[in-house]
Amino acid sequence: MAGHHHDHIHAGDPHAPVAEHGPSPEYLLLERAVRELLVAKGVFAADDMRRQIDLTDSRNPAMGAKLVARAWTDPAFRKKLLAEPKAAAGEMGIDVSNTPELIVLENTPTRHHLVVCTLCSCYPKAILGIPPAWYKSAAYRARAVKDPRGVLAEFGTALPPEIELRVVDSTADLRYLVLPRRPAGTDGLDEAALAALVTRDSMIGVSHPLSPA
Amino acid sequence: MTANRHKLAMHDLGGVAPFADRPIDRREHALSHFDKSVDALMYLLSHPSRRLIRVDELRRAIESLPAAKYHGLSYYEKWLQAMHDLLVEKGVLGKDEIAARLAALRAAGAKP
Repeated sequence: MAGHHHDHIHAGDPHAPVAEHGPSPEYLLLERAVRELLVAKGVFAADDMRRQIDLTDSRNPAMGAKLVARAWTDPAFRKKLLAEPKAAAGEMGIDVSNTPELIVLENTPTRHHLVVCTLCSCYPKAILGIPPAWYKSAAYRARAVKDPRGVLAEFGTALPPEIELRVVDSTADLRYLVLPRRPAGTDGLDEAALAALVTRDSMIGVSHPLSPA
Repeated sequence: MTANRHKLAMHDLGGVAPFADRPIDRREHALSHFDKSVDALMYLLSHPSRRLIRVDELRRAIESLPAAKYHGLSYYEKWLQAMHDLLVEKGVLGKDEIAARLAALRAAGAKP
């Protein structure tokens, strides 16, 4: 959304927009102090931090796209993904240990799903990586449950009025992943080509997968 | 609705004005090293081998921040503030110990 003005943050104003500034020097220093003290106490090693950052960097929506493309091409896998999402993700080499419960919601010709976390930012991080800033924003959290069709329109997503729109609110203990509908005109495509059509936003439900070129 | 709004907790934003009337800023933000470090810290502290901070505890600490901090700090600044508060509350780190380390870093002219 080029052209958006950047609101200034007024501390103390509960109606101020969610902060989007970089970390303040004070918090940069606090992170360092806390990390160094924890390492000094042997809570974890400095190496553990580096490894964890690498792991986080390696988690991205391409992992979710692989699940979706497999579900589109393999009916048995689709069934498993819907029935036992974590087991299905594990089968595809995604590490879902230490992650909360996961539910996969299948979009159909008559029903579309939209995922939000009104209370915070809960998201299937193990499968999609860290959520985008807008997902964590006060505006998205507040609007998704009140004006979901307006939100879809803002994302440029057309949803015919006859299609039911179901909004699901995530919690710390339960995360949702949308299984979008396979786009028309993709009959000849292999799994990798299909996965390339599956966007992060289509697995949150704010948009549809891409159409084949 | 207006009457109900006053009963809602600070973080309970579903349908709440004025946020519900605002456009969504859809710009993508690359995560900074700070963001990734704080995320990694929480992962390590919550790992089953340590269980020093659970995700629900992090939520509770974030949700009980003063409103100015809840709405004024960035996402990962809030996480760090909450983790700091929890580590002190649980006695994993002492408040004085953290203050001393911060003072030493400042005295040494440390860049974060």
